[in-house]
Amino acid sequence: MEQLNDVAQSGFIAQLGQMINDVLSQNYIFTATTLWHYWDGLVTTVQLVFLSLIIGLILAVPLAILRGSRRRWIKMPVYLYTYVFRGTPLLIQLYLIYYGVVFFDGFDVSYGLGSVHIPSIQQTWLWDYFRDPFVPAMLAFVLNTAAYTTEIFHGAIQSTPKGEMEAARAYGMSRGKMMRRIIMPSAFRRALPAYGNEVIFMLHASAICSVVTLLDLTGAARDIYARFYAPFEAFLFVAAIYLCLTFTIIAIFRQLEKRLLAHLRPLS
Amino acid sequence: MIDLQGYGPSLLAGAWVTVQLAVLAQLLAIMLGLLTATAKMSRSTPLRWIATLYTTVIRGVPDIVLMMLLFFGGQIGINMVTDWLYESYGFDVFVNVDEFTAGVITIGFIFGAYMGETFRGAFMAVDAGQVEAGRAYGMSDWKVFKRIRFPLMMRHALPGLGNNWMVLLKTTALVSVIGLVDMVRVASEAAKATHEPFTFLLPVAAGYLLIATVSEWGLARLKVRYNTGFGEASAWNN
Repeated sequence: MEQLNDVAQSGFIAQLGQMINDVLSQNYIFTATTLWHYWDGLVTTVQLVFLSLIIGLILAVPLAILRGSRRRWIKMPVYLYTYVFRGTPLLIQLYLIYYGVVFFDGFDVSYGLGSVHIPSIQQTWLWDYFRDPFVPAMLAFVLNTAAYTTEIFHGAIQSTPKGEMEAARAYGMSRGKMMRRIIMPSAFRRALPAYGNEVIFMLHASAICSVVTLLDLTGAARDIYARFYAPFEAFLFVAAIYLCLTFTIIAIFRQLEKRLLAHLRPLS
Repeated sequence: MIDLQGYGPSLLAGAWVTVQLAVLAQLLAIMLGLLTATAKMSRSTPLRWIATLYTTVIRGVPDIVLMMLLFFGGQIGINMVTDWLYESYGFDVFVNVDEFTAGVITIGFIFGAYMGETFRGAFMAVDAGQVEAGRAYGMSDWKVFKRIRFPLMMRHALPGLGNNWMVLLKTTALVSVIGLVDMVRVASEAAKATHEPFTFLLPVAAGYLLIATVSEWGLARLKVRYNTGFGEASAWNN
């Protein structure tokens, strides 16, 4: 009986092996060259997303504090910034920055007798940096993610339990100390799930950077599609890579939440 | 009207394409979302599996990649199916999907996954007693759905639906990358041709903000409509 089973199984495995062999021998798309191309794309995507998120986070913390200020002239500009950047498509922001760098020619403003020349980026020292499309793309992503993150942190700061602040005040903490020791650490924890979503959103949003000639994962897939005219192979493959990246981010944030939000978990 | 070096009319036409695309895609997403939510709550395991696979995969992959897959692969896929139909059954059908339809289907398909999650949560928040009361009156399943479950569910789904609509609206900008002539496409072409990027891109950004602001007002109206009978206590039952 066991032998019969073995035979049946080995027959099945042999068939499966034959099938995989067939598919691989017909495969002319996934060669070392194209896989290397995908790898370059992956590196660009990860670098772009990681750097944008870090810089965006650094910008968002002070902005979130300003956004919660009681003074109108402090909180209004921040609100206007987040409203505009969350209300318009990232693609438009990317185009504005990239085309603003590449196609804007500068112009003259005349007043009375003289005139002032407003230079384009290409006429200034900034061009050395903006020559590479990575920089304008990253600038657009940073401004976008900073706007969303500011709102996330603002919400978390606003929902700080009153008792925590009263306790801090009762200890005689100054406003700055209270912000640093009590409000921010507890707000960071509460913001964690929403920030995890923002990280995934940025990973997915980064896929549009190929429109400004950056070669990211999606850009690599487009190249390979154009080369072999094989949409399914080219795009399903990157879709699988993105799916793995997404699941990795979800797993990381779940672990973080488990550790940092342990005190908020319901008992039992 | 505003001429913008002759690009004004085509920009307006592009804006109209954007609005049509967003509204039709949202309607498709709502229908797919209702189907997905129903499948996720059904007793049949395969249905639940398919729905879960759909929502997980779609939400784990960037919109633009799915769009390229469906735009570039869609016609090939359809041709494969029609060829197969012709070879095995002798049916001779020709299906040609234009860019606008493909855009609506793709965006609707992507956002159907998000809507499915929203609706599932909302359906579960509906008081079971209300549904039982409907059945006790002898209403058919469809009537219970139309008169009780759907209107009660919408109250819970509206915040999520509103967020989804805002994200969908901004996602329509991506169709310009694939070749549909919406307002982003017109603006980026004009920016390249005239070397005046801000003249065209800033009005388009303002257009998106305008649509978003108008829809916020519309959503507030809908909220009033579906909160009828729940009085001031909008947080009731939550």
